Amino acid sequence: MTDLQAFRTGDTPLPDIVILTHKLTRDYDMGGEVVRALRGVSLQIRKNEYVAVMGPSGSGKSTLMNLIGCLDTPTAGEYWLNGQKVSALSDDELARIRNKEIGFVFQTFNLLPRANALHNVELPLIYAGLPTKDRRARAARALARVGLADRMDHRPNELSGGQRQRVAIARALVNEPSILLADEPTGNLDSTTSSELMQVFQDLHHQGQTIVMVTHEHDIAAHAARVVTLRDGVVATDQLRAA
Amino acid sequence: MPFLEAVRLALQMIRAQKLKSGFSAIGVFIGVTFLIGAWSIVNGMNRYMTDKFAGTLVGVNTFHLRRRPNVNFNVEDSVWRAWRRRPRIKFADADAVTQGLRVPVVTAWYSEDRGSVEYNGKVAKDITLEGATERYFDIMNLKIADGRAFTPQESKAGTTVVVLGYDLAQKLFPGVNPIGRTVRIHGIPYRVIGVVERQGNLLGISLDKFVVAPALSPIQREVNPPGVVDALIVKANSELEMRDAMDQTEAIMRSRRHLRPRQDDNFVMETSEGVLDFWKKLSRILYVVGPGLVGVALVVGGIVIMNIMLMAVAERTREIGIRKSLGARRRDILRQFLAESAALATVGATLGIGTGIALSLLLKVATPLPAAVSPFSILLGVVVGGGVGIVAGVYPASRASRLDPIAALRQE
Repeated sequence: MTDLQAFRTGDTPLPDIVILTHKLTRDYDMGGEVVRALRGVSLQIRKNEYVAVMGPSGSGKSTLMNLIGCLDTPTAGEYWLNGQKVSALSDDELARIRNKEIGFVFQTFNLLPRANALHNVELPLIYAGLPTKDRRARAARALARVGLADRMDHRPNELSGGQRQRVAIARALVNEPSILLADEPTGNLDSTTSSELMQVFQDLHHQGQTIVMVTHEHDIAAHAARVVTLRDGVVATDQLRAA
Repeated sequence: MPFLEAVRLALQMIRAQKLKSGFSAIGVFIGVTFLIGAWSIVNGMNRYMTDKFAGTLVGVNTFHLRRRPNVNFNVEDSVWRAWRRRPRIKFADADAVTQGLRVPVVTAWYSEDRGSVEYNGKVAKDITLEGATERYFDIMNLKIADGRAFTPQESKAGTTVVVLGYDLAQKLFPGVNPIGRTVRIHGIPYRVIGVVERQGNLLGISLDKFVVAPALSPIQREVNPPGVVDALIVKANSELEMRDAMDQTEAIMRSRRHLRPRQDDNFVMETSEGVLDFWKKLSRILYVVGPGLVGVALVVGGIVIMNIMLMAVAERTREIGIRKSLGARRRDILRQFLAESAALATVGATLGIGTGIALSLLLKVATPLPAAVSPFSILLGVVVGGGVGIVAGVYPASRASRLDPIAALRQE
C-alpha cells in the first residue's frame, strides 16, 4: 500500500494529488438487475506517477477507466481531479475536462479514418477553440515529438499499427493534459511494436507526464512504477515496484 | 467548434460522398428548380399580359362596348345564361353612342366569326372573318404593309373589298402579289386591296390569320344577325377622356334600353384593365398551386435529408464517441450535423437555382412564354433550401449530440 494519508469525506486533496477517488461506486441497471461494477474504490495518484491498473475481466477496470476519464459519472463516492471535484459536474463541464485534462489512448486507436494524422491530432485543439494557425503548429509539434513529423498528411489506413498508436499519443498529449489515460494501448500491436510503445510511455514518464494505463498483460504492467489490481469492483492490491 | 470549422467539415463530407449527397439533395433540388422556374414563368406572363396581351386585344385608352365580356374566365353558368339573354348591340346603338359622345373619340364597328377564305381552289380554313368600319385599322394599330385600307366611302357603301392578315396572304398567295386579286368568302367574291403588317403571335396563337371587310359588306351575314355588331370600339386620347366617354356611353345605352336606376347594365364596356382582371384571376390560382407544389417537393426533400442524416449518425456513432472523448460538447456535435444537413440542402438549392434559371431561359427561347427570373425568387430559393436543411437536421443532430460517449466508442 502507498503511504498516503487517509482521505475522509469532506476533505480536499493535497496539492500534488492528481487523481483522488473516494469510495467510488458505479452501479449499472441491466434490465432491472443492478450490476455493481465498482463497490467503493479509493485511490490516490500523485503527479508524475506511472500506474498500471490490472484485473481480470469484469473486475471493474474499464468502469474505473471511464470514470477517471470523465466519460461517465459515479453512482456514489467522490472523484477529484487536480483539486477539482468532478464527480458532480454537468455534461458540458465534463467535456471541457476531457478536453483539457485528459489524454486518451485507446486499444483500437480511435482515429478518424477520413482525416489525416495532422487533422486527427488537431481535433482536441479545435474543441479547445484555438485559432487555426496555432492548432496546426501545435499539432505538428506533437507529431514530431512521437517521431511522425514526415507522416502528417497520411491517413490512418496509410500508417502501420504502431504509427497509428503514436498518432493517438500525439493527439492525447497535444493539449498538455494532466493525465495520459491508456486503455490496453498495446492490445492491437505485435510484441516489437508494443515494446517500442512502452519506451515512448517511459520517456513521457521521465518528462514528467502522469500516466494511468489499464492492461491485463503482466509484462506490459511491469513497465509501470505502480500496479493497482482490481477484483470484483474493489482494489485488491496496490504495489509500488522498484523502478 | 467554431461555425466556419463546422461548415468546412460539412463541405468536406459532401465532397467525400458525392453520389450519396447528390441523391439526398435531390428533393430540395427539384423543389427549388420548380420554385425558380414556375415563379419566372408567372412573372413573365404577368409582364406579358400587362404589356402586350391587353394592349393587343383591347388597345390603349380604348374600350369595347359589348353585350358581354369577350375575355372571361371561370364564369358561373347562371352568369353565362344571364349574359346570353342580354340584347345585342345594334347598328342603331353604335350610331347613337358615336353621335352622343361629347369627348373627342374615334370609333369603329366590329364583328367577327370564323370561316374559310378561298382563292383559286385553295382554301384557308379557320380564318377570323372580321367586319369593321374604316377607323378599325387606326384604333387597333394595324399598319398596312402593302396596298391600302378601305376608305370611309367603301365602308359606308359596303363594297366587297378585303384587307388580309399577313399569314393568310402568305398562305393563299405564295410568291404572288395579292393586291387586286379576288378571294371568295362563302362564295362571294371580294377584291384584295391591302395586306396588314405581321403582328406575330399571342401565347403561340397567330395574330395574322384574318380578313377585314367593310362591316356593311355581305360579310355581315357571315358574322352576325342583321343589324347587329359584336362591339363598338371607342378610342379616346387619354385615360381620363376614356373614362368620360365610358360614363357617357353608359348613360346613352341605359336610356336607349330604358333601364331603371336599380337595374344593372345589360352591356359591358371592356377595357384593357378588364382583360387584365381575367389574367389576375388565373394568376391567383397559379400563386396558390405553385407554392403548394414547391412545398410538397421541399417537404419530401426534407424527409429524405432527415433520413440520410439519421443514417449518417448511425454510421458515424464511433466518430461521435471519439469527438466526445476529445472534448466535444453536445452543442459542438449538434452544430456539426446541423451544418452538414444545411450544407447538403443548400448545395441542392444552389443547383436548383441554376437549373431553374436555365429552364426559364430555355422556355423563353423555345416557346412564346416570356420567362423572367426574379431576383427575389433566387434569394427565397437559397433561404428556403437552407432552412429545409436545418429543420430536417435538427432531429438527427440532437440524437447525435445526446449519444453516450462510452456506448458510442464501443460501437464497431
